[in-house]
Amino acid sequence: MSSSTAPHAPGREVRPVTTTPPTPSAVDTVAFADPPTLGRRQVLTADDPTPSFGARLRGAGVRVLRASAAIVLFLVIWEVAPRVGLVDQVFLPPLSAVLESFWGLLVSGELGKHVGTSLTRAGTGFTIAVLLAIPLGIAIGWWAGVAQFLGPFLELFRNTAALALLPVFILILGIGETSKITLVVYACFFPILLNTIAGVRTVDPLLVKSARSLGLPPVRLFQKVVLPAAVPTIFTGIRMAGTSSILVLIAAEMVGAKAGLGYLITYAQFNFQITNMYAGIIAISLVGVSINAVLVSLERHFSRWRTT
Amino acid sequence: MSGAGTVEAVAPAPAPSDTVPGTVPRLRLEHVRKEFIVRDATAGRGARKRFTAVEDFTLDVRAGEFLTVVGPSGCGKSTLLDLLGGLTEPTSGRILLDGEPVTGPGLDRGVVFQQYALLPWRSARANVEFGLEAKGVARAARARVADEYLDLVGLTAFADRYPHELSGGMKQRVAIARSLAFDPEVLLMDEPFAALDAQTRESLQDELLRIWRATGKTIVFITHGIEESVYLGQRVAVMTPRPGRLQTVIDVDLAGAADPGSDDGEHDDVRSSARFGRYRHEVWSALHSPKEDAHV
Repeated sequence: MSSSTAPHAPGREVRPVTTTPPTPSAVDTVAFADPPTLGRRQVLTADDPTPSFGARLRGAGVRVLRASAAIVLFLVIWEVAPRVGLVDQVFLPPLSAVLESFWGLLVSGELGKHVGTSLTRAGTGFTIAVLLAIPLGIAIGWWAGVAQFLGPFLELFRNTAALALLPVFILILGIGETSKITLVVYACFFPILLNTIAGVRTVDPLLVKSARSLGLPPVRLFQKVVLPAAVPTIFTGIRMAGTSSILVLIAAEMVGAKAGLGYLITYAQFNFQITNMYAGIIAISLVGVSINAVLVSLERHFSRWRTT
Repeated sequence: MSGAGTVEAVAPAPAPSDTVPGTVPRLRLEHVRKEFIVRDATAGRGARKRFTAVEDFTLDVRAGEFLTVVGPSGCGKSTLLDLLGGLTEPTSGRILLDGEPVTGPGLDRGVVFQQYALLPWRSARANVEFGLEAKGVARAARARVADEYLDLVGLTAFADRYPHELSGGMKQRVAIARSLAFDPEVLLMDEPFAALDAQTRESLQDELLRIWRATGKTIVFITHGIEESVYLGQRVAVMTPRPGRLQTVIDVDLAGAADPGSDDGEHDDVRSSARFGRYRHEVWSALHSPKEDAHV
């Protein structure tokens, strides 16, 4: 760990720091009399010198080990416990047997078919919810009249669990795709709506005032100030909706469906294909984690300016 | 090169600050009065009463003048600035800009707020471009003008930085560049340096004077600092509160006050010259009379 400020040191900042040559304009040198952030940054890098490649690799290794230890331990117990007879092998087969079934389902294309079906349903419902909830949330957040009119109504439905309405959706919309997608729309709608309302309402009033002082008409003010300011909050809602879309869909598919991950699990259970059932559950976890990862990175992309 | 030269190429040549007497003032306030309806806690629930923030305010601001408005907090300074900015309308009286009544916000006035009001998702350059977008300047010209004004405030190297990557003083420079870039007639500044530390404030005061001389803008600068008002203003308008009214206007001439060998002594620090001290005291006395109780 050399503490020398290597000129070629791979910077941790996103942009190259252009401090070393003082600005050529002589008049403007006074401009830097106030303590600029750059000075502090240099101090920071001096305290925290860029570690060598080996040290960084070691650091990353330790991090990965620590982060995955609990999962690895869980998987080991899953493998060992049935084998030594701690639990009944019939009801909880060892992990290796489950992975074997998982592989079989994957190769036969059956797993892909079910995942595809579920993702299509979830994606459709999610998209419809985004398209409905964001404009409505903006309207409620911006116009007090709309909020007064729709507030109590939405509050009533927000507190009605999505799954409680599943029988209603099935009765009215039948057992096909429509009722399942509707359920997903319903479950995704509220997180997006509530976060959009919050995002629009919490825009810094000073930014609005400053934009108004430029004589910006309301539409432009909305487009240039209110909406960009609300985007990070809206994306938090979108991420929450993405998670719940899969959760409620699986439940709906367990009640009545001919394909989908929920169907795969119940079908396997009815036919006593216990390893397939666990394979389906693992597939759900993986799908959920991937969706969340995509949405988190999207959220981060849109809230970069929110740092500090 | 210094920014001043390049900026003059974009902005129209600044009018000489000592305009011909008898011409229309840049800004004119005629018996301006502003009332608010506020909750009256003493008179029980739901009670309302009138509160006068600004009372019978009459003042002319010459083109190219640097006018400071000083007063204690709550004396209606910010209300006055909102009125000038067109963000709120006077209850009675008139505000004229170049002889035309002010009816709302507009790009003929630029406002600089104490808390910078920069858009946090835009880089310094894009923030300066914001006012130009409102003005309808073409994209290519926007970037060019923004860079010229960032140069004027000494932030060329920071054009691509986001507000959270800048210090308070730098943020305020960006805000000043933004308000100058769309070339308003008048710059309205609402305690712009109040949130900064003393050293940064002093360097920004000198910067502002330099920018004012380079651009020839008319500046109305609101502050609660007596020294700041004397240091910056050609004239200091003193306001007293409840209701906020104009107490007096004091002409300030500090030219040569800091010259070595002048009657004030040898220092090159204007603020410690005897003349500065006299003006400071004059403003202080105006603030403390006749309603002593209001500022204790």
